[in-house]
Amino acid sequence: MSQEAFVYDAVRTPRGKGKKGALHGIKPVSLLVGLVDAIKRRNPTLDPKRIDDMILGVVSPVGDQGADIARTAVLAAGLPVTTGGVQVNRFCASGLTAVNMAAMQVRSGFEELVLAGGVESMSRVPMGADGGAWAMDPATNYDTYFVPQGVSADLIATMEGFTREDVDSYAVRSQQRAAKAWAEGYFKRSVVPVLDPSGVLVLDRDEHMRPESTVASLGSLNASFAMVGEAGGFDAVALQRYHHVERINHVHTPANSSGIVDGAAMVLIGSERIGKELGLTPRARIVAAATSGSDPTIMLTGPTPATRKLLALAGLTAKDIDLFELNEAFASVVLKYQRDLEIPGERLNVNGGAIAMGHPLGATGAMILGTVVDELERRKARRAVVTLCVGGGMGVATLVERI
Amino acid sequence: MSEQNIIRWEQDADGIVVLTLDDPTQSANTMNAAYLRSMGETVARLVKEKESIKGVVITSAKKSFFAGGDLKDLIKVRKDEATRIFEWGQQLKGQLRTLETLGRPVVAAINGAALGGGLEIALATHHRIVADVKGAVLGLPEVTLGLLPGGGGVVRITRMLGIADGLMKVLLTGQQYRPKEAKEVGLVHEVVDSVEALLPAAKAWVKANPTAVQPWDVKGYKIPGGTPASPSLAANLPAFPANLRKQLKGANMPAPRAIMAAAVEGTQVDVDTAFTIESRYFTELVTGQVAKNMTQAFFFDMQHIKAGGSRPKGFPPQTTKKVGVLGAGMMGAGIAYVCAKAGIDVVLKDVSLEAAERGKAYSAKLLEKAVSKGKSTPEKAQALLGKIKTTTSAADLAGCDLVIEAVFESVAVKHQVFQEIEDVVLPDAVLASNTSTLPITSLAAGVKRPADFIGLHFFSPVDKMPLLEIIAGKQTRDATLAKAVDLAQQIGKTPIVVNDSRGFFTSRVIATFLNEAIAMVGEGLAPASIEQAGMQAGYPAAPLSLMDELTLTLPRKIREETKAATLAAGKPWAEHGADAVIDALVDTHGRKGRSTGGGFYDYADGKRTGLWTGLQKHFTKAGTGIPFEDMKDRMLFAEALETVKCLDEGVLRSVQDANIGSILGIGFPAWTGGVVQFINGYEGPTGAGPRGFVTRARQLAERYGKHFSPPDSVVQKAEKGELIG
Repeated sequence: MSQEAFVYDAVRTPRGKGKKGALHGIKPVSLLVGLVDAIKRRNPTLDPKRIDDMILGVVSPVGDQGADIARTAVLAAGLPVTTGGVQVNRFCASGLTAVNMAAMQVRSGFEELVLAGGVESMSRVPMGADGGAWAMDPATNYDTYFVPQGVSADLIATMEGFTREDVDSYAVRSQQRAAKAWAEGYFKRSVVPVLDPSGVLVLDRDEHMRPESTVASLGSLNASFAMVGEAGGFDAVALQRYHHVERINHVHTPANSSGIVDGAAMVLIGSERIGKELGLTPRARIVAAATSGSDPTIMLTGPTPATRKLLALAGLTAKDIDLFELNEAFASVVLKYQRDLEIPGERLNVNGGAIAMGHPLGATGAMILGTVVDELERRKARRAVVTLCVGGGMGVATLVERI
Repeated sequence: MSEQNIIRWEQDADGIVVLTLDDPTQSANTMNAAYLRSMGETVARLVKEKESIKGVVITSAKKSFFAGGDLKDLIKVRKDEATRIFEWGQQLKGQLRTLETLGRPVVAAINGAALGGGLEIALATHHRIVADVKGAVLGLPEVTLGLLPGGGGVVRITRMLGIADGLMKVLLTGQQYRPKEAKEVGLVHEVVDSVEALLPAAKAWVKANPTAVQPWDVKGYKIPGGTPASPSLAANLPAFPANLRKQLKGANMPAPRAIMAAAVEGTQVDVDTAFTIESRYFTELVTGQVAKNMTQAFFFDMQHIKAGGSRPKGFPPQTTKKVGVLGAGMMGAGIAYVCAKAGIDVVLKDVSLEAAERGKAYSAKLLEKAVSKGKSTPEKAQALLGKIKTTTSAADLAGCDLVIEAVFESVAVKHQVFQEIEDVVLPDAVLASNTSTLPITSLAAGVKRPADFIGLHFFSPVDKMPLLEIIAGKQTRDATLAKAVDLAQQIGKTPIVVNDSRGFFTSRVIATFLNEAIAMVGEGLAPASIEQAGMQAGYPAAPLSLMDELTLTLPRKIREETKAATLAAGKPWAEHGADAVIDALVDTHGRKGRSTGGGFYDYADGKRTGLWTGLQKHFTKAGTGIPFEDMKDRMLFAEALETVKCLDEGVLRSVQDANIGSILGIGFPAWTGGVVQFINGYEGPTGAGPRGFVTRARQLAERYGKHFSPPDSVVQKAEKGELIG
């Protein structure tokens, strides 16, 4: 028998920037413990014994992030030993897939209350640290036309005709919206400062932001993927697959791509019944979720088919959606999605995104889900679509509705 | 086993066993059944008598050390024999593995060429000594035949040299090294001056190294440059296959991919498992079609041609001593260079001494480069230049036994230059034209001795292009042909012999490839896709860029001439889709090719900058598309079908000429094994061999025009289940 899956709470850490950033000295498991503590603190009537499971997305699940960090976090956070823990990996959408799986477990009736989210300390466990056949096994790499995501993002820009100015303008908009959202306190409800064991403040804001950016200042940066595209042979690979394209126009730079940061996010998902039992107030419900594949070489176009699948499932059209939150992996990804679904700019990524604030891979999906729930409440709006493009050519999308 | 062991066993007083490879049934040792059986017995005996053995030396009684795999066997392997081939590879490597882990020092005394399997045997020894003698080369050329070294070569080279160096210096290039170079690369340990010096050196090493083991059998051995588990290699590893794709341009070349995969995967496991992985990839290649195609062309067809297969029989070999080259333009200059390089005296004649000297200066430039690269010496260069005499006077051609003209492509001009010299040169001198378009028979009509007249079609740049297309006119006698073939051998070119026809074989066939590409521009297809289709079909150059190099006016001139001749013969003339595109580019847009500043591409400062945007504007139709496979096949099939016509009309005299000529002369994709092998070895959704080819050709005819209708001759072969040739 099917039941609703409600979002009872959503929290996130601020995002730390790189090896010189504030979170470099904080272990990923500590970020998670801080979020579990916050959820317990914010929901005093929540009986931890009732939490069935913790599902966490991690993209590089080795080293500090290895060995089922979800179960590790359950134990480290002092949750009851009866609470399970599982780590999932769907690359950049891991955090959202964790939320969707939690919602599925609740809707199926198999479980009642699940913590879902993700973590990535990219300064401590670098991207690619887990190897994998896709990139590292020559036969697989060769046969699947593997290219790094940046080359894919540049291919999208080339095929869609997005110029350097187009993507830089989008980046500036992201910075301005993020700055405004922080200034107006839109993130206050979700962001939980990171403290050290003695309670000393480590970080309470997103470190990555560059609100002073202008199209002119960003225009002086070198394209990040021109060299790897040429010397690494990846442009040639992409052009063999997309043969009608003569050459790739490399437009992405660190400033119009998502930032490499440390961070974690966690969402409390449960059934209506357990909410009533424990005296929790539902904030939103997970209406539907969808996953779709797309070509792995262009890789980052998955949000469009995933969103279409999602809307069809819910019997809605894009016009019925008040807010779209698409992870800003690269500016061209957002611009293409906006064009595909004809989304007005004022409904898309209204508080900025990963270009300004960073993309802690495994956590981001859960993070932006929380952001959009906050914004639905602030606007008293109804529906939002949360979606991310995914490595290997996938897209994941989730429809949330404010209660 | 009653059969004789082909490995001789001799043990000396010091207890050192010398094993001499000597297959009595062949002039060179190969990895045939007799080898496998003999090596098995020999290794078993070494193990059994180990206590009385101090060490082992492996050498050969042949001129070469060991020739490698038995290609006659390998080319016949069917897809359903995968298990047998895999086990064969495992057995072969098992023997060599036992040898290198015997617990006694084993030395390879390499007395001559050790290529492929030969080098693999040597790699399984602890120490390799090579004699720096004529013909001694070392390498693993399997990749050039679409294969991989399946006798442990991939695994051992990778462990010795590391993944990157192993791939780049040995495995992916198939590079063959002379002894001293081989030592620098790390393939051998010692170089001695003579074959006689081998055994003493080998025995001395055995005595000095009683506990020898392979480096990879020493605990803690690290593969140079690391493995995928090393962060430094891991960071670059994803780019290895990408660069391979870039280099292969997407062509159907399974061997390099398999080699790279076997090399990398092998470093992640122990040696024995690595050998097994190597055997799996080896089996995949051996049972596949591309290895068969490439082995057919680059081994068997090439061997046929090098052995004089296209040369008329019954004429003693002739050496050309003095060549007259008429016209010192680009072609004449190149011909003069290759002849002088082969030690032939050259008289280079042009209308002015200045022009003739310019032609000679081309040789000087090439030699300067060779000297600066250490490939020649100033003395040798001077001697070579001394062989080229420049002149404006016909009298200087006295004593020439062969004359090649390379003047302007006009029958009248060519007639005139021959008339000037035909009474000056030796009375039986061969009179040759380097024309690429004019019928030889019509040129022969202008000389007194048409039986001595012949076409020698060199390709540009002459010093680099390996093919010589020899064209027999209607009256050319066999002795003349034989001498022309001998000249090719003398100057190191690969000759094919064809009969006279407009465009001969190569020019006629390559035109169909280019026309098909150009027609697709006219149909509104994306020009970048057309270029990619050409490259991914396996052509070395993209068709539209190649057309720019050749100039657009040349094919138009040829078309006009051919059209006039066809109509004059009372035959119908069929327009081709390419015609209107070329006419528009030349007449409307003034784009005649690279030399005129632009054609299908734009150029700036001598560099190609990109496809001319006008193509998009005037031809490309958005939303027009045909299957990419069709684009590739249109080019390949157009050439194959024209070749069938050349066979039907007797322009081609042999399948070997067609295969080798198409690959070496006009860039027909190497993976196909040549333009006839493409038909014989065809593999596609419509089936295999000529039958699949014919079905596919009919499909293309239905979609893209009657010119794809297969001629009756190939249809009949297909119906009978026969191959061409």
